[in-house]
Amino acid sequence: MELTRYDVGMSQNQKEPRSEQGTMRVKRGLAEMMKGGVIMDVVTAEQARIAEDSGACAVMALERVPADIRRDGGVARMSDPEMIESIQAAVRIPVMAKARIGHFVEAQILEALGVDFVDESEVLTPADEAHHIDKFAFTVPFVCGATNLGEALRRISEGACLIRSKGEAGTGNIVEAVRHLRSILGDIRRISQADAAEQFDWAKKLQAPLPLVQEIARTGRLQVPLFCAGGIATPADAALAMQLGAEAVFVGSGIFKSDDPAPRAKAIVEATTHFRDAHILAKVSRSLGAPMTGIGMDEINESQRFASRGW
Amino acid sequence: MITQIGVLALQGAFASHAACIAELGHSPVEVRNTADLNNLDALIMPGGESSTMSQLLASSVLFEPIKDVIADGLPIFGTCAGMILLSHEIVDGKLDQCCFDAIDITVRRNAFGRQVDSFEANVDTVIGDFHGVFIRAPRIEAVGEKVQVLGTYGGEPVLVCQANVLAASFHPELAGDVRLHEYFINSFVTTKEK
Repeated sequence: MELTRYDVGMSQNQKEPRSEQGTMRVKRGLAEMMKGGVIMDVVTAEQARIAEDSGACAVMALERVPADIRRDGGVARMSDPEMIESIQAAVRIPVMAKARIGHFVEAQILEALGVDFVDESEVLTPADEAHHIDKFAFTVPFVCGATNLGEALRRISEGACLIRSKGEAGTGNIVEAVRHLRSILGDIRRISQADAAEQFDWAKKLQAPLPLVQEIARTGRLQVPLFCAGGIATPADAALAMQLGAEAVFVGSGIFKSDDPAPRAKAIVEATTHFRDAHILAKVSRSLGAPMTGIGMDEINESQRFASRGW
Repeated sequence: MITQIGVLALQGAFASHAACIAELGHSPVEVRNTADLNNLDALIMPGGESSTMSQLLASSVLFEPIKDVIADGLPIFGTCAGMILLSHEIVDGKLDQCCFDAIDITVRRNAFGRQVDSFEANVDTVIGDFHGVFIRAPRIEAVGEKVQVLGTYGGEPVLVCQANVLAASFHPELAGDVRLHEYFINSFVTTKEK
Protein backbone atom coordinates (compact mmCIF):
# COMPACT_ATOMS: atom_id res chain seq x y z
CA MET A 1 0.00 0.00 0.00
CA GLU A 2 1.36 3.41 -1.02
CA LEU A 3 1.50 5.85 1.86
CA THR A 4 1.87 9.58 1.64
CA ARG A 5 3.84 10.74 4.67
CA TYR A 6 3.64 14.18 6.19
CA ASP A 7 6.63 15.61 7.98
CA VAL A 8 5.07 16.67 11.26
CA GLY A 9 8.15 18.49 12.47
CA MET A 10 8.18 20.90 9.57
CA SER A 11 5.19 23.10 10.13
CA GLN A 12 6.66 24.21 13.46
CA ASN A 13 9.28 26.16 11.51
CA GLN A 14 7.16 27.08 8.52
CA LYS A 15 5.11 30.22 8.56
CA GLU A 16 1.75 28.87 9.73
CA PRO A 17 -1.56 30.35 8.64
CA ARG A 18 -2.99 32.74 11.22
CA SER A 19 -4.41 30.86 14.16
CA GLU A 20 -5.85 31.95 17.51
CA GLN A 21 -5.20 30.34 20.89
CA GLY A 22 -6.93 30.65 24.23
CA THR A 23 -10.23 31.89 22.80
CA MET A 24 -13.43 31.15 24.73
CA ARG A 25 -14.41 28.71 21.98
CA VAL A 26 -11.13 26.80 22.32
CA LYS A 27 -11.28 26.85 26.14
CA ARG A 28 -14.93 25.76 26.29
CA GLY A 29 -14.15 23.19 23.61
CA LEU A 30 -12.14 21.05 26.02
CA ALA A 31 -15.02 21.14 28.53
CA GLU A 32 -17.30 19.91 25.71
CA MET A 33 -14.91 17.01 25.10
CA MET A 34 -15.14 15.87 28.73
CA LYS A 35 -18.93 15.58 28.71
CA GLY A 36 -20.30 12.18 29.64
CA GLY A 37 -17.01 11.37 31.32
CA VAL A 38 -15.42 10.98 34.74
CA ILE A 39 -12.59 13.18 36.03
CA MET A 40 -10.69 11.43 38.82
CA ASP A 41 -8.54 12.88 41.61
CA VAL A 42 -5.11 11.21 41.69
CA VAL A 43 -2.12 11.80 43.95
CA THR A 44 0.52 9.63 42.21
CA ALA A 45 1.50 8.64 38.66
CA GLU A 46 0.47 5.09 39.53
CA GLN A 47 -3.07 6.25 40.45
CA ALA A 48 -3.18 8.32 37.26
CA ARG A 49 -2.45 5.21 35.20
CA ILE A 50 -5.17 3.27 37.03
CA ALA A 51 -7.59 6.13 36.33
CA GLU A 52 -6.70 6.21 32.62
CA ASP A 53 -6.92 2.42 32.34
CA SER A 54 -10.36 2.58 33.95
CA GLY A 55 -11.62 5.03 31.33
CA ALA A 56 -11.26 8.42 33.09
CA CYS A 57 -11.63 11.29 30.59
CA ALA A 58 -9.20 13.41 32.64
CA VAL A 59 -7.35 13.36 35.96
CA MET A 60 -7.01 16.00 38.65
CA ALA A 61 -3.44 15.96 39.96
CA LEU A 62 -3.19 16.90 43.63
CA GLU A 63 -1.05 16.12 46.65
CA ARG A 64 -3.85 15.07 48.96
CA VAL A 65 -7.42 14.06 48.13
CA PRO A 66 -10.06 16.26 49.81
CA ALA A 67 -10.76 13.63 52.51
CA ASP A 68 -7.12 13.89 53.65
CA ILE A 69 -7.07 17.69 53.40
CA ARG A 70 -10.12 17.69 55.66
CA ARG A 71 -8.44 15.31 58.12
CA ASP A 72 -5.07 17.08 58.19
CA GLY A 73 -6.32 20.65 58.48
CA GLY A 74 -3.81 23.51 58.04
CA VAL A 75 -3.35 25.47 54.82
CA ALA A 76 -3.90 23.52 51.60
CA ARG A 77 -1.99 24.90 48.60
CA MET A 78 -1.24 24.17 44.93
CA SER A 79 0.58 20.84 44.44
CA ASP A 80 4.32 20.45 43.90
CA PRO A 81 5.10 20.99 40.18
CA GLU A 82 7.27 17.89 40.18
CA MET A 83 4.32 15.78 41.25
CA ILE A 84 2.11 17.34 38.57
CA GLU A 85 4.76 16.72 35.92
CA SER A 86 5.12 13.08 36.93
CA ILE A 87 1.38 12.65 36.35
CA GLN A 88 1.51 14.50 33.02
CA ALA A 89 4.24 12.10 31.93
CA ALA A 90 2.22 9.07 32.99
CA VAL A 91 -1.00 9.61 30.99
CA ARG A 92 -2.31 10.77 27.59
CA ILE A 93 -5.64 12.16 28.88
CA PRO A 94 -5.98 15.81 30.04
CA VAL A 95 -4.41 16.67 33.40
CA MET A 96 -6.07 19.26 35.64
CA ALA A 97 -4.68 20.86 38.79
CA LYS A 98 -6.02 23.08 41.54
CA ALA A 99 -5.12 26.67 42.42
CA ARG A 100 -6.36 28.47 45.54
CA ILE A 101 -9.30 30.84 45.10
CA GLY A 102 -7.86 34.22 44.07
CA HIS A 103 -4.27 32.92 43.85
CA PHE A 104 -3.51 33.99 40.30
CA VAL A 105 0.20 33.25 40.66
CA GLU A 106 -0.48 29.59 41.42
CA ALA A 107 -2.62 29.63 38.27
CA GLN A 108 0.22 31.22 36.27
CA ILE A 109 2.53 28.45 37.46
CA LEU A 110 0.02 25.75 36.51
CA GLU A 111 -0.38 27.32 33.07
CA ALA A 112 3.42 27.37 32.65
CA LEU A 113 3.49 23.67 33.53
CA GLY A 114 1.06 23.06 30.67
CA VAL A 115 -1.82 21.66 32.74
CA ASP A 116 -4.92 21.33 30.56
CA PHE A 117 -7.45 22.84 33.01
CA VAL A 118 -7.09 24.85 36.23
CA ASP A 119 -9.60 24.25 39.02
CA GLU A 120 -9.91 27.43 41.13
CA SER A 121 -10.95 25.33 44.05
CA GLU A 122 -12.59 25.82 47.42
CA VAL A 123 -10.96 22.56 48.53
CA LEU A 124 -7.71 24.51 48.90
CA THR A 125 -7.44 27.34 51.43
CA PRO A 126 -8.61 30.60 49.76
CA ALA A 127 -5.87 33.17 49.10
CA ASP A 128 -8.19 36.16 48.60
CA GLU A 129 -11.30 36.90 50.63
CA ALA A 130 -12.96 39.12 48.03
CA HIS A 131 -11.63 38.37 44.56
CA HIS A 132 -11.56 35.35 42.35
CA ILE A 133 -8.93 35.02 39.60
CA ASP A 134 -9.44 37.04 36.39
CA LYS A 135 -9.69 33.99 34.22
CA PHE A 136 -9.85 35.91 30.93
CA ALA A 137 -6.17 36.74 31.44
CA PHE A 138 -5.19 33.11 30.86
CA THR A 139 -4.82 30.78 27.85
CA VAL A 140 -5.53 27.74 30.02
CA PRO A 141 -9.25 27.15 30.71
CA PHE A 142 -10.68 27.32 34.25
CA VAL A 143 -13.32 25.33 36.09
CA CYS A 144 -14.94 26.81 39.20
CA GLY A 145 -17.31 25.45 41.80
CA ALA A 146 -20.75 26.90 42.52
CA THR A 147 -23.48 26.22 45.05
CA ASN A 148 -26.16 28.23 43.23
CA LEU A 149 -26.81 29.96 39.92
CA GLY A 150 -25.67 33.38 41.12
CA GLU A 151 -22.25 32.01 42.03
CA ALA A 152 -22.07 30.13 38.71
CA LEU A 153 -22.84 33.30 36.71
CA ARG A 154 -20.31 35.38 38.67
CA ARG A 155 -17.65 32.80 37.86
CA ILE A 156 -18.69 32.77 34.18
CA SER A 157 -18.50 36.58 34.11
CA GLU A 158 -14.88 36.23 35.37
CA GLY A 159 -14.06 33.86 32.50
CA ALA A 160 -14.73 30.35 33.86
CA CYS A 161 -15.59 28.05 30.97
CA LEU A 162 -16.81 25.12 33.04
CA ILE A 163 -18.90 25.11 36.22
CA ARG A 164 -19.12 22.24 38.69
CA SER A 165 -21.29 21.88 41.74
CA LYS A 166 -19.19 22.31 44.87
CA GLY A 167 -20.94 19.60 46.80
CA GLU A 168 -18.99 18.93 49.97
CA ALA A 169 -15.67 17.47 48.89
CA GLY A 170 -14.06 14.66 50.87
CA THR A 171 -17.25 13.51 52.57
CA GLY A 172 -18.42 10.70 50.28
CA ASN A 173 -21.86 12.24 50.84
CA ILE A 174 -23.79 13.27 47.73
CA VAL A 175 -26.43 15.36 49.50
CA GLU A 176 -24.75 18.76 49.07
CA ALA A 177 -23.98 18.19 45.37
CA VAL A 178 -27.64 17.29 44.85
CA ARG A 179 -28.68 20.48 46.60
CA HIS A 180 -26.37 22.57 44.43
CA LEU A 181 -27.39 20.91 41.14
CA ARG A 182 -31.08 21.25 41.99
CA SER A 183 -30.61 24.88 42.91
CA ILE A 184 -28.66 25.78 39.73
CA LEU A 185 -30.81 23.80 37.31
CA GLY A 186 -34.08 24.69 39.05
CA ASP A 187 -33.33 28.41 38.79
CA ILE A 188 -32.38 28.01 35.11
CA ARG A 189 -35.79 26.39 34.51
CA ARG A 190 -37.54 29.20 36.43
CA ILE A 191 -35.64 31.95 34.58
CA SER A 192 -36.50 30.43 31.23
CA GLN A 193 -40.15 31.13 32.12
CA ALA A 194 -39.50 34.66 33.43
CA ASP A 195 -40.71 37.74 31.55
CA ALA A 196 -38.48 40.77 30.95
CA ALA A 197 -39.36 42.52 34.22
CA GLU A 198 -38.82 39.33 36.22
CA GLN A 199 -35.38 38.88 34.63
CA PHE A 200 -34.23 42.20 36.19
CA ASP A 201 -35.36 40.89 39.55
CA TRP A 202 -33.54 37.57 39.02
CA ALA A 203 -30.29 39.39 38.22
CA LYS A 204 -30.66 41.39 41.42
CA LYS A 205 -31.55 38.36 43.53
CA LEU A 206 -28.71 36.25 42.12
CA GLN A 207 -26.22 39.16 42.23
CA ALA A 208 -25.37 38.19 38.68
CA PRO A 209 -24.83 40.21 35.48
CA LEU A 210 -28.17 40.98 33.79
CA PRO A 211 -27.00 40.02 30.25
CA LEU A 212 -26.12 36.52 31.45
CA VAL A 213 -29.56 36.16 33.09
CA GLN A 214 -31.24 37.39 29.90
CA GLU A 215 -29.23 34.90 27.85
CA ILE A 216 -30.42 32.04 30.07
CA ALA A 217 -34.01 33.26 29.69
CA ARG A 218 -33.54 33.08 25.91
CA THR A 219 -31.66 29.77 25.61
CA GLY A 220 -32.87 27.86 28.68
CA ARG A 221 -29.33 26.76 29.46
CA LEU A 222 -26.16 27.73 31.28
CA GLN A 223 -23.54 29.42 29.04
CA VAL A 224 -20.93 26.74 29.80
CA PRO A 225 -21.09 23.00 30.60
CA LEU A 226 -22.20 22.03 34.12
CA PHE A 227 -20.50 19.08 35.83
CA CYS A 228 -21.07 17.54 39.26
CA ALA A 229 -18.42 17.41 41.98
CA GLY A 230 -18.29 16.85 45.73
CA GLY A 231 -19.33 13.61 47.39
CA ILE A 232 -19.66 11.04 44.60
CA ALA A 233 -18.68 7.62 46.00
CA THR A 234 -20.70 5.04 44.03
CA PRO A 235 -21.86 4.33 40.45
CA ALA A 236 -25.39 5.18 41.60
CA ASP A 237 -24.21 8.59 42.87
CA ALA A 238 -22.71 9.34 39.44
CA ALA A 239 -25.89 8.30 37.63
CA LEU A 240 -27.99 10.38 40.06
CA ALA A 241 -25.94 13.47 39.21
CA MET A 242 -26.29 12.78 35.48
CA GLN A 243 -30.05 12.20 35.69
CA LEU A 244 -30.42 15.45 37.61
CA GLY A 245 -28.78 17.22 34.66
CA ALA A 246 -25.01 17.24 35.25
CA GLU A 247 -23.07 16.66 32.01
CA ALA A 248 -20.07 14.84 33.55
CA VAL A 249 -18.76 14.03 37.03
CA PHE A 250 -15.69 14.67 39.13
CA VAL A 251 -14.82 11.94 41.62
CA GLY A 252 -12.37 13.02 44.29
CA SER A 253 -11.80 10.88 47.33
CA GLY A 254 -14.50 8.39 46.26
CA ILE A 255 -12.24 6.17 44.18
CA PHE A 256 -8.84 6.02 45.83
CA LYS A 257 -10.29 6.09 49.37
CA SER A 258 -12.34 2.97 48.63
CA ASP A 259 -11.26 -0.63 49.26
CA ASP A 260 -10.60 -1.54 45.64
CA PRO A 261 -10.11 1.55 43.42
CA ALA A 262 -9.75 0.08 39.88
CA PRO A 263 -13.07 -1.81 39.66
CA ARG A 264 -14.90 1.08 41.33
CA ALA A 265 -13.37 3.56 38.88
CA LYS A 266 -14.46 1.41 35.92
CA ALA A 267 -17.94 1.00 37.35
CA ILE A 268 -18.36 4.75 37.83
CA VAL A 269 -17.22 5.36 34.22
CA GLU A 270 -19.82 2.90 32.93
CA ALA A 271 -22.52 4.31 35.19
CA THR A 272 -21.83 7.84 33.92
CA THR A 273 -22.30 6.70 30.29
CA HIS A 274 -25.30 4.44 30.90
CA PHE A 275 -26.86 6.70 33.55
CA ARG A 276 -30.45 6.00 32.51
CA ASP A 277 -30.09 2.22 32.19
CA ALA A 278 -30.93 0.72 35.60
CA HIS A 279 -30.00 -2.80 34.46
CA ILE A 280 -26.48 -1.74 33.62
CA LEU A 281 -26.31 0.29 36.85
CA ALA A 282 -27.33 -2.83 38.81
CA LYS A 283 -24.70 -4.88 37.00
CA VAL A 284 -21.81 -2.49 37.53
CA SER A 285 -22.73 -1.80 41.19
CA ARG A 286 -22.11 -5.45 42.17
CA SER A 287 -19.24 -6.57 44.42
CA LEU A 288 -17.14 -3.41 44.37
CA GLY A 289 -15.98 -3.78 47.99
CA ALA A 290 -16.59 -1.07 50.57
CA PRO A 291 -16.96 2.53 49.37
CA MET A 292 -15.22 5.28 51.36
CA THR A 293 -16.79 5.54 54.80
CA GLY A 294 -18.26 8.99 54.37
CA ILE A 295 -19.31 11.75 56.74
CA GLY A 296 -22.79 13.01 57.62
CA MET A 297 -23.31 16.76 57.15
CA ASP A 298 -24.25 17.23 60.83
CA GLU A 299 -20.79 15.90 61.76
CA ILE A 300 -19.09 18.88 60.05
CA ASN A 301 -18.96 22.33 61.65
CA GLU A 302 -20.01 25.25 59.48
CA SER A 303 -16.41 26.54 59.63
CA GLN A 304 -15.06 23.29 58.19
CA ARG A 305 -17.31 23.29 55.14
CA PHE A 306 -15.42 23.82 51.88
CA ALA A 307 -18.57 24.85 49.99
CA SER A 308 -18.93 28.12 51.91
CA ARG A 309 -15.55 29.30 50.57
CA GLY A 310 -15.80 31.56 47.51
CA TRP A 311 -17.88 34.66 46.91
CA MET B 1 -36.73 13.18 3.70
CA ILE B 2 -35.66 13.05 7.34
CA THR B 3 -32.75 10.78 8.05
CA GLN B 4 -31.87 9.14 11.35
CA ILE B 5 -28.31 10.04 12.22
CA GLY B 6 -26.80 8.11 15.11
CA VAL B 7 -24.32 9.89 17.38
CA LEU B 8 -22.07 7.63 19.44
CA ALA B 9 -22.88 8.87 22.97
CA LEU B 10 -20.45 6.91 25.15
CA GLN B 11 -18.43 10.01 26.07
CA GLY B 12 -17.52 13.36 24.53
CA ALA B 13 -19.13 16.09 22.46
CA PHE B 14 -22.11 14.05 21.28
CA ALA B 15 -24.67 16.68 22.29
CA SER B 16 -23.09 19.33 20.02
CA HIS B 17 -23.20 16.96 17.03
CA ALA B 18 -26.83 16.08 17.80
CA ALA B 19 -27.67 19.80 17.85
CA CYS B 20 -26.08 20.26 14.38
CA ILE B 21 -28.11 17.32 13.02
CA ALA B 22 -31.33 18.71 14.51
CA GLU B 23 -30.56 22.16 13.08
CA LEU B 24 -30.38 20.60 9.60
CA GLY B 25 -33.86 19.12 10.12
CA HIS B 26 -32.73 15.54 10.62
CA SER B 27 -33.23 13.33 13.60
CA PRO B 28 -30.25 12.62 15.92
CA VAL B 29 -30.19 9.30 17.80
CA GLU B 30 -27.86 8.83 20.80
CA VAL B 31 -26.11 5.47 20.47
CA ARG B 32 -25.12 3.69 23.70
CA ASN B 33 -25.96 0.05 22.94
CA THR B 34 -26.42 -2.32 19.99
CA ALA B 35 -30.20 -1.78 19.80
CA ASP B 36 -29.56 1.92 19.15
CA LEU B 37 -27.71 0.97 15.95
CA ASN B 38 -30.88 -0.32 14.28
CA ASN B 39 -32.43 1.74 11.48
CA LEU B 40 -29.67 4.35 11.30
CA ASP B 41 -28.90 6.13 8.03
CA ALA B 42 -25.47 7.22 9.28
CA LEU B 43 -23.32 7.31 12.41
CA ILE B 44 -21.22 10.14 13.85
CA MET B 45 -18.29 9.46 16.19
CA PRO B 46 -17.66 12.61 18.20
CA GLY B 47 -14.63 14.08 19.85
CA GLY B 48 -13.81 13.25 23.45
CA GLU B 49 -11.14 10.99 24.89
CA SER B 50 -10.38 8.14 22.51
CA SER B 51 -9.02 5.88 25.27
CA THR B 52 -12.24 6.37 27.29
CA MET B 53 -14.41 5.60 24.27
CA SER B 54 -12.25 2.61 23.42
CA GLN B 55 -12.84 1.21 26.93
CA LEU B 56 -16.60 1.88 26.74
CA LEU B 57 -16.91 0.37 23.25
CA ALA B 58 -15.59 -2.87 24.76
CA SER B 59 -17.65 -2.82 27.96
CA SER B 60 -20.83 -1.86 26.08
CA VAL B 61 -20.20 -4.69 23.54
CA LEU B 62 -20.38 -2.13 20.72
CA PHE B 63 -17.01 -2.59 19.04
CA GLU B 64 -17.86 -5.59 16.82
CA PRO B 65 -21.39 -4.39 15.90
CA ILE B 66 -20.00 -0.99 14.81
CA LYS B 67 -17.19 -2.67 12.88
CA ASP B 68 -19.91 -4.66 11.09
CA VAL B 69 -22.07 -1.65 10.16
CA ILE B 70 -18.99 0.17 8.84
CA ALA B 71 -18.13 -2.88 6.70
CA ASP B 72 -21.76 -2.94 5.49
CA GLY B 73 -21.27 0.59 4.16
CA LEU B 74 -23.09 2.74 6.73
CA PRO B 75 -21.90 6.34 6.26
CA ILE B 76 -19.61 7.32 9.15
CA PHE B 77 -18.30 10.75 10.19
CA GLY B 78 -15.59 10.82 12.86
CA THR B 79 -14.22 14.00 14.40
CA CYS B 80 -11.05 14.26 16.52
CA ALA B 81 -11.23 11.26 18.89
CA GLY B 82 -13.78 9.80 16.46
CA MET B 83 -11.19 10.05 13.71
CA ILE B 84 -8.61 8.33 15.93
CA LEU B 85 -11.05 5.45 16.48
CA LEU B 86 -11.63 5.08 12.71
CA SER B 87 -7.94 5.14 11.78
CA HIS B 88 -5.69 2.32 10.60
CA GLU B 89 -2.94 3.05 13.09
CA ILE B 90 -2.65 5.16 16.26
CA VAL B 91 0.71 6.60 17.25
CA ASP B 92 1.23 7.68 20.88
CA GLY B 93 -2.04 6.18 22.04
CA LYS B 94 -2.57 3.88 24.98
CA LEU B 95 -1.14 0.43 24.22
CA ASP B 96 -4.45 -1.42 24.49
CA GLN B 97 -6.39 1.25 22.59
CA CYS B 98 -8.37 -0.30 19.74
CA CYS B 99 -9.36 1.25 16.40
CA PHE B 100 -11.76 0.24 13.61
CA ASP B 101 -9.22 0.40 10.77
CA ALA B 102 -11.95 1.93 8.59
CA ILE B 103 -9.81 4.55 6.87
CA ASP B 104 -6.19 4.11 5.84
CA ILE B 105 -4.61 6.88 7.87
CA THR B 106 -1.95 6.95 10.56
CA VAL B 107 -2.88 9.32 13.36
CA ARG B 108 -0.82 10.72 16.22
CA ARG B 109 -2.88 11.38 19.33
CA ASN B 110 -2.57 14.92 20.84
CA ALA B 111 0.08 15.75 18.25
CA PHE B 112 -0.64 19.48 18.32
CA GLY B 113 0.20 19.57 22.04
CA ARG B 114 -1.61 20.25 25.29
CA GLN B 115 -4.71 22.39 25.80
CA VAL B 116 -2.67 25.63 25.95
CA ASP B 117 -1.61 24.83 22.35
CA SER B 118 -5.20 24.26 21.16
CA PHE B 119 -6.25 26.75 18.48
CA GLU B 120 -8.80 27.84 15.93
CA ALA B 121 -7.82 28.60 12.35
CA ASN B 122 -9.16 28.61 8.85
CA VAL B 123 -9.21 25.24 7.11
CA ASP B 124 -9.21 24.98 3.34
CA THR B 125 -11.86 22.37 2.47
CA VAL B 126 -13.79 20.87 -0.39
CA ILE B 127 -16.75 23.10 0.56
CA GLY B 128 -14.59 26.23 0.82
CA ASP B 129 -13.12 27.98 3.84
CA PHE B 130 -14.21 26.47 7.15
CA HIS B 131 -13.50 27.61 10.70
CA GLY B 132 -11.50 24.78 12.24
CA VAL B 133 -11.49 24.34 16.03
CA PHE B 134 -8.55 22.13 17.07
CA ILE B 135 -8.70 20.86 20.68
CA ARG B 136 -5.65 18.82 21.76
CA ALA B 137 -5.99 17.65 18.21
CA PRO B 138 -4.63 14.52 16.57
CA ARG B 139 -2.46 14.83 13.47
CA ILE B 140 -2.80 12.75 10.33
CA GLU B 141 0.77 11.60 9.71
CA ALA B 142 0.21 9.39 6.71
CA VAL B 143 -2.61 8.60 4.27
CA GLY B 144 -3.00 5.51 2.08
CA GLU B 145 -3.63 5.69 -1.68
CA LYS B 146 -7.39 5.07 -1.32
CA VAL B 147 -7.75 8.09 0.93
CA GLN B 148 -8.94 11.38 -0.52
CA VAL B 149 -7.80 14.58 1.19
CA LEU B 150 -10.78 16.96 1.41
CA GLY B 151 -9.34 19.63 3.66
CA THR B 152 -5.93 20.96 4.70
CA TYR B 153 -4.44 23.27 7.30
CA GLY B 154 -0.89 24.54 6.76
CA GLY B 155 -0.51 22.04 3.92
CA GLU B 156 -1.39 19.05 6.10
CA PRO B 157 -4.53 16.92 5.70
CA VAL B 158 -7.20 17.59 8.36
CA LEU B 159 -10.31 16.34 6.53
CA VAL B 160 -10.13 13.01 4.71
CA CYS B 161 -12.43 10.34 3.30
CA GLN B 162 -12.34 6.81 2.04
CA ALA B 163 -15.46 5.06 0.69
CA ASN B 164 -18.22 5.51 3.32
CA VAL B 165 -15.97 7.12 5.95
CA LEU B 166 -15.36 10.84 6.50
CA ALA B 167 -12.92 11.99 9.20
CA ALA B 168 -11.78 15.37 10.54
CA SER B 169 -9.06 16.17 13.06
CA PHE B 170 -10.95 19.35 14.08
CA HIS B 171 -14.41 20.01 15.53
CA PRO B 172 -17.04 21.16 13.02
CA GLU B 173 -19.66 20.70 15.78
CA LEU B 174 -18.10 23.61 17.72
CA ALA B 175 -17.80 25.99 14.76
CA GLY B 176 -21.36 27.32 14.86
CA ASP B 177 -21.52 26.31 11.19
CA VAL B 178 -23.35 23.18 10.05
CA ARG B 179 -22.02 23.14 6.46
CA LEU B 180 -19.74 20.14 7.00
CA HIS B 181 -22.55 18.12 8.57
CA GLU B 182 -24.71 19.13 5.61
CA TYR B 183 -21.94 18.06 3.22
CA PHE B 184 -21.68 14.69 5.01
CA ILE B 185 -25.43 14.10 4.74
CA ASN B 186 -25.66 15.26 1.13
CA SER B 187 -22.56 13.50 -0.19
CA PHE B 188 -22.45 10.34 1.90
CA VAL B 189 -25.97 9.64 3.17
CA THR B 190 -28.37 10.86 0.47
CA THR B 191 -26.16 9.54 -2.34
CA LYS B 192 -26.23 6.11 -0.79
CA GLU B 193 -30.04 5.99 -0.89
CA LYS B 194 -30.21 6.74 -4.61
